[in-house]
Amino acid sequence: MTVFNLYIFGRNGNCLYYTEWNRKQHLDMEKDQEYKLMYGMIVSIKSFVSRISPYDMKDGFQTFKTNKYKLHFYETPSGLKFIMNTDLSVPNIKDVLQQIYSSIYVEYVIKNPLHVLGAPITSDLFKTKLDDYVRGLPFFPVKVS
Amino acid sequence: MAIFTIYIINKAGSLIFHYDHQKTRPEMEKTFSYPLELILKVFDDRIVVAFGERDGIKVGHTVLQINDVPAEGRFLKDKRDILEVLASEENYPLSIKFGRPKLTSNQRIMLASMFHSLFAFGSQLSPESHSSGIEVLETDTFKLHCQQTMTGIKFIVIADPRQSGTDILLKKLYEIYSDFALKNPFYTLDMPIKCELFDLNLQTLVEQSERLGLNVM
Repeated sequence: MTVFNLYIFGRNGNCLYYTEWNRKQHLDMEKDQEYKLMYGMIVSIKSFVSRISPYDMKDGFQTFKTNKYKLHFYETPSGLKFIMNTDLSVPNIKDVLQQIYSSIYVEYVIKNPLHVLGAPITSDLFKTKLDDYVRGLPFFPVKVS
Repeated sequence: MAIFTIYIINKAGSLIFHYDHQKTRPEMEKTFSYPLELILKVFDDRIVVAFGERDGIKVGHTVLQINDVPAEGRFLKDKRDILEVLASEENYPLSIKFGRPKLTSNQRIMLASMFHSLFAFGSQLSPESHSSGIEVLETDTFKLHCQQTMTGIKFIVIADPRQSGTDILLKKLYEIYSDFALKNPFYTLDMPIKCELFDLNLQTLVEQSERLGLNVM
């Protein structure tokens, strides 16, 4: 069990924050390019899913998995997008992403008067709080086997 | 428990087969008086609800018919513009039927090639090396299962999130494809599949696996 990385996107598609823990493969492209690719993929998936769904949706797209990783997606009504990549054994972690939003992002970014809304997050406090929270998750440790 | 749709996409990303198992797009009919409480707008050459959910009519639903006259795009079958009909007070009360927009075959082809590229992005953006493309995609209303064969053909099953036994279904689909489509001398590779035996066998298979899924639960 492990967590690979986390992306936070603002409502107009800019990457507010990116961090990684146990990522093994890096794309040979600029980080900016990678964020754009990721955001583009998520937006396309959202549109794809809403059109192909046989019923009206509430939450819409939640996760997808390949044979190596699982991507978890959570979007707030204000358009903020949280994307976390984990390995396949991790169950549905919607509540974890919600927790990151409500008790870390809101507390240490929104309540910080120095933060400019929509700009990348530079706060060290946010960084350490997020890191502590994710490292404390039950599915964080890398399996020793 | 249900299997909704099956798609087969060739290695170039074009749709070569689709089969709708359950046609359950909800429809709502309601009589309205002037003025309309819903805000409608034109989207994709259709009249879509933009705001004001009520009585089972949701944002994103399109106008399907007015006073039993079916809609065709932005117009009614008798060539009247829907927005003009709705704007004039003397037409009311009106009985309007709303529903989720049906997918046209052009849209299906577009969605298939869209998934083809999403599949590739999924493997490219992987944090671990040698990742496959998207195998399972989950939402609150359905689960999409995708299996790519060695030859690059993708079999896609769209099913209820609780439907079980989809792995076996995907495997069997490939079997049926190789038996009844590939062995058909009139079938050209990578072209749309129009084989009667294939359709028949696929239908029985889907019905079977739906029941099987029920037994497992």
